[in-house]
Amino acid sequence: MNRKHIRTDPAAYEQMTRQASPPSRMVQGVFRAFWVGGVVCIIGQLAAETGVQLMKMTPADGYCFAAIILVLLTAILTGAGVFDRIGQYAGAGAFVPITGFANAMVSPALEFRREGMVLGLGAKLFTIAGPVLVYGIGASVLVGLVYAIIFS
Amino acid sequence: MAVKRMGQQTIILPNKPAILAGAAWVGPKEGKGPLGSLFDHVTEDESYGQQSFELAERQMVLDAARAAIRKAGVREGDIRFLLGGDLLNQIISASFAARELALPFLGLYGACSTMCEALCLGSMLLDGEYADHVLCTASSHFCTAERQYRYPLEYGNQRTPTAQWTVTGAGAAVLSLSPGKTPMARITHACVGRVVDLGVTDANNMGAAMAPAAADTLLALFEDTHTAPRDYDLIVTGDLGRVGRNLLLELMNSQGTPLIEDRCLDCGLLIYSPEQDCHAGGSGCGCSAVVLNACLLPQLQEGKLGRILFMSTGALMSPTSSLQGESIPGVAHAVVLESPKAERNTRHDF
Repeated sequence: MNRKHIRTDPAAYEQMTRQASPPSRMVQGVFRAFWVGGVVCIIGQLAAETGVQLMKMTPADGYCFAAIILVLLTAILTGAGVFDRIGQYAGAGAFVPITGFANAMVSPALEFRREGMVLGLGAKLFTIAGPVLVYGIGASVLVGLVYAIIFS
Repeated sequence: MAVKRMGQQTIILPNKPAILAGAAWVGPKEGKGPLGSLFDHVTEDESYGQQSFELAERQMVLDAARAAIRKAGVREGDIRFLLGGDLLNQIISASFAARELALPFLGLYGACSTMCEALCLGSMLLDGEYADHVLCTASSHFCTAERQYRYPLEYGNQRTPTAQWTVTGAGAAVLSLSPGKTPMARITHACVGRVVDLGVTDANNMGAAMAPAAADTLLALFEDTHTAPRDYDLIVTGDLGRVGRNLLLELMNSQGTPLIEDRCLDCGLLIYSPEQDCHAGGSGCGCSAVVLNACLLPQLQEGKLGRILFMSTGALMSPTSSLQGESIPGVAHAVVLESPKAERNTRHDF
């Protein structure tokens, strides 16, 4: 090797990179996620209570109603180009409630519409939510089987 | 015998090909940045009146190319080669713009190093007297890059502090062997970089992935040309961003060739202000292309800068290689640019 080439081994460079890269702001991130996530939950709770108390739903239907309202609101906010900013600000606070799932469905739909309804929107609709569905449903099937074997 | 070579990686361009004119088209976010007033055109929105962002990027390339040709005072038919590239799969922005321009076209992919790659090759074509005029372009678009490399635009993911923001912009420069008027700058040397990979796998930290390649090219160029950092008024890197620039300074220190910190700028840090929430800075082919054409060339032309080292840096990964767990190879190409007023060339006249 001639001498002018850079001489640093990957392990030493990894150490340098770690020191040079600013870490995510833990406290700020947790605080933002907490208050935004809390507000989302309050909206959900309000929707559920409205369903149960004003619209005479059963409690189970009320919570279903809350989920529908949150998904609808997220879809509208995603379409309006606002939700990505909320997500950037609040991280998991905007995501962990069912809102994250709605955003993960609506954003590829918007993005890939231009490539056509079938091979664009249709094919790419589940690019983000797909893995969650595959392993979520897969896990629930497994748990269901285990449950059936033990308790039958 | 390759008489125009200097050392391992550098070539000397005795005819000193001139950059006749440059043009830079940018998006609204770049227009609001610190360099906003310098660009030839700031588009009203990201779609630039087109049906898709891909079409918008292509139109920006086309408009920048035509503006550069017009400013250079040459006719489209005088251009013998069009060298251009971008970030998209199959470099569609460059090649579809080339379809409209109908010029002999060589498409380039060097990720974000494309502008310098084009300048290296263009100046070689001129110095070899294979052409009188060559057009070099490079472009990127936040919205097209985002969907290809990351997530849909409206997906609300959180960006890490080391992430960079892809510049929406297209730069074009007309190079000439026989300038009819005073050129903006002259290219005296070109250094083609090696692909260097020190094992960075985080696609959200491309500055760190590219810094070793940048250091490698700088070391090669300094040794080949027997120059040192103090011989350049500025050393301008393409899109290392805050993290990558700091790592470059540190790497050069560790190699015993420290750079002069206040003469070492990065286009990715120049193009956005800290309030624009771009984390570690700008990136993309367009980043170094628009800063070169709108900011650096005019300063060279006026003689405010005498000699600079301009180096675009590229991260050569693809979404597929990243998913398969490969690390990110970097590459950096450099050219030495001289002001037409700086005919001082005393001890640097190699």
